[in-house]
Amino acid sequence: MESSSYKTSFDYEDLTVRSTAITRIVEEARGIKSFGFRGSLDAQPGQFVMLWLPEAGARPFSIYKDEGEEFVLTIARVGPFTEQLFDCRVGDRLGYFGPFGKPFDLRGMHLALVGGGYGSAPLSFLARNASAQGVTSELVIGARNKSLLLYADEPAIPGVTKHYCTDDGSYGYRGLATERLHELLRDDPSIDMVYTAGPELMMKEVVAVCGEFGIDGQVSLERYMKCGFGICGSCCVDPEGLRMCVEGPCIDNEVAKGISEFGVYHRDAAGIRHPFAIA
Amino acid sequence: MVDLSVDLLGMRLENPTVLASGILGVTKGSLKFCARHGAGAVVIKSITREPRKGHPPPIVCASGGGLLNAVGYSNPGYRHAMAEYEDLADVGVPVIGSFVAETAEEYVFLAEHFANHLEFDAVEIPLSCPHTPRYGELAGHSGTDITYEIVSALKASLRAPLIVKLSANLQDIGPVAKAAEDAGADAITAVNTLGPGTCFEAETGRRVLGFGFGGMSGPPLKPVALKAVFDTYQAVKIPIIGTGGVSTGQDAVEMIMAGATAVGVGTAVVPRGVDVFRKICEEMEDLLAARGCSSLAEIRGRTHGKQLVQDLV
Repeated sequence: MESSSYKTSFDYEDLTVRSTAITRIVEEARGIKSFGFRGSLDAQPGQFVMLWLPEAGARPFSIYKDEGEEFVLTIARVGPFTEQLFDCRVGDRLGYFGPFGKPFDLRGMHLALVGGGYGSAPLSFLARNASAQGVTSELVIGARNKSLLLYADEPAIPGVTKHYCTDDGSYGYRGLATERLHELLRDDPSIDMVYTAGPELMMKEVVAVCGEFGIDGQVSLERYMKCGFGICGSCCVDPEGLRMCVEGPCIDNEVAKGISEFGVYHRDAAGIRHPFAIA
Repeated sequence: MVDLSVDLLGMRLENPTVLASGILGVTKGSLKFCARHGAGAVVIKSITREPRKGHPPPIVCASGGGLLNAVGYSNPGYRHAMAEYEDLADVGVPVIGSFVAETAEEYVFLAEHFANHLEFDAVEIPLSCPHTPRYGELAGHSGTDITYEIVSALKASLRAPLIVKLSANLQDIGPVAKAAEDAGADAITAVNTLGPGTCFEAETGRRVLGFGFGGMSGPPLKPVALKAVFDTYQAVKIPIIGTGGVSTGQDAVEMIMAGATAVGVGTAVVPRGVDVFRKICEEMEDLLAARGCSSLAEIRGRTHGKQLVQDLV
């Protein structure tokens, strides 16, 4: 089954930078802010946009909200681009390309959504969309500690049960998001689909837990994305070269299992491999 | 039944579409991906001696009905590339290597330390990039003398057949193609991207591309490429890979009628999807069948000489 619609090819006009302005800035956690931008993306959960800042260039960001008059991206301050963005104020103008990428394919009637770090953004988007279609969700949001936890103050979403997890127990469940997922799948046989976004080793574990319970799922697999629309190859994954900006980032667990570098290594801007963890 | 197969430098291509260098082609997996979607042969993204991160994003944007790109030869360097392309057997189609250097000596170094150790069916060198300092156009590599110097040095050391990729900016491409042929080049790719050009974001007035300017590709490049192929065919006897703005079977047929043996495809992946290779082939088959042709040899070079005049009359 495929998602309703998303682009695997683009008219040239789709790839011109579009102008927007910052509508609001909300501090979500330490070093993490949500930025509202004027305009509608007509995006689906799991897709991303390339944000463009004069002089700082462009970077891809997953979409947290896309609600007609405004879209929202949750962004961590991690490098020169995001540092310049964090210096911006409401009203400042910038540009964007997109949306791009294969979104989550909403299937199932009772979902488990497992987000780590700012991977929680697309899953919150998915939970709201699912809710609007009468699909219920167990939304598991994990972080190392309370100060890094996202969306703890977000208003309740009908049909969505939130499970906040911190490694140190400073808020909500003490333990990993994957451990909470394991408990949920053990205790609630009505969960029929699992979606995950966040640190890759966490997602690898989510896929393993799904396998243990025989449940279908999708992961959002991020790779270094330069162009965003499938021409540069920087986000191609081994061994078959699928482009994570077009054939991904949202892929079935079965597809992820066939990607030899999933949870093992990723490539940098030059294409050099870097392992996720030292074996 | 139309036979689209092509013999090029000892390679047997099931069809004439060749993944142009710089489009995908950054890993063996991405080569397989294009081969699986119908490419008759694939060219890797050019490798340099040292790793390069390339220009800052955005590296590509749309402008003027095509694309502008300034990727800046991002690549892992020849040492990592040796491992990446160690075993090419499972790509499924002929693989053309590519590397780029600042001097003739460095080209020879990469032949001896990189390409000669791998099973590339041919090697392409781009003496024509319009937007990377120290390489191609910005290094003056598109003149006749420097083309002759680099090609003759490389031919003495390179094991695989050598393809030279020429600039779209040459008013008269013939003498440069002839210099490459005289120096021993086995084929010509005509052409690289045109320009450079630039584009601005409407509200801020700032340049969109991270590097500020880039090479133009896509439909606007096609007439320029077509003339370059036509002129190259007049100037040399070695085969030509006609590249630039090929998006449809009609475009490919025109390239071959202008004298191309094979046809490079790159930017068209964007508007038509990665299976553009298969689509172009299907369209070529229909066009050839409608004209009662059964092979590409029957149309190759048809725009040259008296036959053109007779056709028009």
